[in-house]
Amino acid sequence: MVNPLSSPRAVSRTDGVVATTPTPPPALEVGGLTVAYGEKPVVFSVDMAVAQGTMTAIVGPNGAGKSTLLKAVLGLVKPLSGEVRLFGLPLSRARDRVAYVPQRASVDWDFPACVIDVVLMGLHRELGLLRRLRPEHLARARACLARVGMEDFASRQIGQLSGGQQQRVFLARALAQSADLYLLDEPFAGVDAATEKAIIAVLKDLRAEGRTIVAVHHDLSTIRAYFEHMFLINMRAIAAGPVAEVFTSSNLQRAYGGRLGEAQVAGMQAADAAS
Amino acid sequence: MIWQALSLQLGYNASLVAIGATILGIAAGVTGSFLFLRKRALVSDAVSHATLPGIGLAFIAMVALGGEGRFLPGLMLGAALSSGLGLLVIGWMLRRTRLTEDAAIGAVLSVFFGAGIVILTVIQSMQSGRQAGLESVLLGSTAGMLRSDALVIGTGGALVLLAVLLLRRPMLAVGFDSDFAAVTGTNVARIDLAMMGLVMAVTVLGITTVGLVLIVALLIIPAVTARLWTDNALRMVALAGLAGGLSAYIGAAVSATAPALPTGPIIVLASFVLFALSLALAPARGGVALLLRQIRFRRRVHRRQGLLALALGQPIHEPFTMALLAREGMARPDGVATEAGRAAAAKALLDEARWAALRGDPAHGLTASRYDGLTPIETVLTPDQIAELDRHLPRAQGVA
Repeated sequence: MVNPLSSPRAVSRTDGVVATTPTPPPALEVGGLTVAYGEKPVVFSVDMAVAQGTMTAIVGPNGAGKSTLLKAVLGLVKPLSGEVRLFGLPLSRARDRVAYVPQRASVDWDFPACVIDVVLMGLHRELGLLRRLRPEHLARARACLARVGMEDFASRQIGQLSGGQQQRVFLARALAQSADLYLLDEPFAGVDAATEKAIIAVLKDLRAEGRTIVAVHHDLSTIRAYFEHMFLINMRAIAAGPVAEVFTSSNLQRAYGGRLGEAQVAGMQAADAAS
Repeated sequence: MIWQALSLQLGYNASLVAIGATILGIAAGVTGSFLFLRKRALVSDAVSHATLPGIGLAFIAMVALGGEGRFLPGLMLGAALSSGLGLLVIGWMLRRTRLTEDAAIGAVLSVFFGAGIVILTVIQSMQSGRQAGLESVLLGSTAGMLRSDALVIGTGGALVLLAVLLLRRPMLAVGFDSDFAAVTGTNVARIDLAMMGLVMAVTVLGITTVGLVLIVALLIIPAVTARLWTDNALRMVALAGLAGGLSAYIGAAVSATAPALPTGPIIVLASFVLFALSLALAPARGGVALLLRQIRFRRRVHRRQGLLALALGQPIHEPFTMALLAREGMARPDGVATEAGRAAAAKALLDEARWAALRGDPAHGLTASRYDGLTPIETVLTPDQIAELDRHLPRAQGVA
């Protein structure tokens, strides 16, 4: 396998003069990444490159290492080996440019906070330890809430939100980070249809602004409608590229194994073509 | 006597001790809140019990060097070193073995405490150093407390509060969502370490006042008490400080009138009274409020069901529903609707029809999720929206 990081990387060292270089560095570049929990590898020697301004779905069966891949990219789990670069930079120098939407179930929603408090956490990096919260920070948090259709919920206790509303709040918090690369972990899991629509609209807006979206996605029936690129993984990278090329029954069989019958894939593609 | 103590009229020394204890109580309540929100309340138990061997060894060392064995800063240093060692051992066990945190805490807590008790017993048999009273570090005693001790405790507590003020934002962020906090550049390990350091500081400062066995109560009970009163994290922290300060103040004051009583248990009982009162009376999460809400909710459900039955001309079989409607003048005891009952029933039926229309319309996605069979539609929609909705209703029901 060719390691994308082994190719000459003239671009990445010249931060600040990107305009003069012919092609911008990828928003996300992963080379030879291996992550193990205990003695069980979850992600094995994975290479991945995501061009700036694109929308990519990370797809694979349960336990395929999708979430772990995102977490390793964000430095939340320590890889055994491999390298991660964001916009050609190591994570420590690119933190301001990356936003994260974790799985909804990863936090305790009984925490004493209201919706706007959670969104304001997206501004913590900017606020640091000492800066006071100013009206313009609140205004920005409110604007992020408005973008996901939750402006009326600012002072609502987070424990009273539905699953879809929780997901919208998490997206608003990521928007408050005003990043260039958005990493989302199953943003559509367990949300209502209206929320799914609202979220995908925001993501497509972000993409139109030139930002990069990478989302762990579990619903094979909506990939074609939502994403332009897909990255198929089951511990190892199975296939990557435009959805039209990667979303084939043979690739899905390789990723899902026996869990996905030929007929299912065919049915999905037929339904896709019809829509 | 007790009133004099509470109003700080028992002399300069007693007042100073009470003020020092109060500052300590505030620091404990505030620090404990962050620990509680991080869901690591149990760690404080290990921190406190692990201080004991250090206290004993510090006493022995100070006596051996020819000093006063009960010199408070010296004891505090020993306490801090040994509880720090306890924390290191817990961290190591979590990283290197497959033990869970509660098991690691239990092991460290009991072993350190046992070692401490052995060392205390050795000290009892020593012939020098005024060892009498060292066991007060177990349950606390403000009776023999020196003015300088009170100053150390008060100053230490104030420093802890200052550190909490500085670190409140990252500590809350880590408590709610440590992964997200890490992504925004917070060093989670360092914040956790700082939090443990603050807990250790409160514990060490509290060994003479509350005693190490019960300091965990002063860290956790105020936080739990405050949680009952508010859904806002910073308000909760402030309320916990208030509860902790009040408890410690009462404990120190009572102790000043009855020197034979250990201070720690009095402080804990005072904080428990605050907790019990809150559990019963707090408006949002208290028991009484909860009971009232349940009763009110039950009534709303029965009223609605009864009205819908009246509107559709169905018989009402449930005695509770019947009694409720009769009492509110909606129906006669024989089940026939009154004038008011018929109007309310028609309104309920219209409400249902409007909700059904709203729920069938994807444009109302978020609003539809608020349907619970009880909420009047006009509380979620404007009159214009309702008029718009009515245009899609079947004619018979569209007329109010």
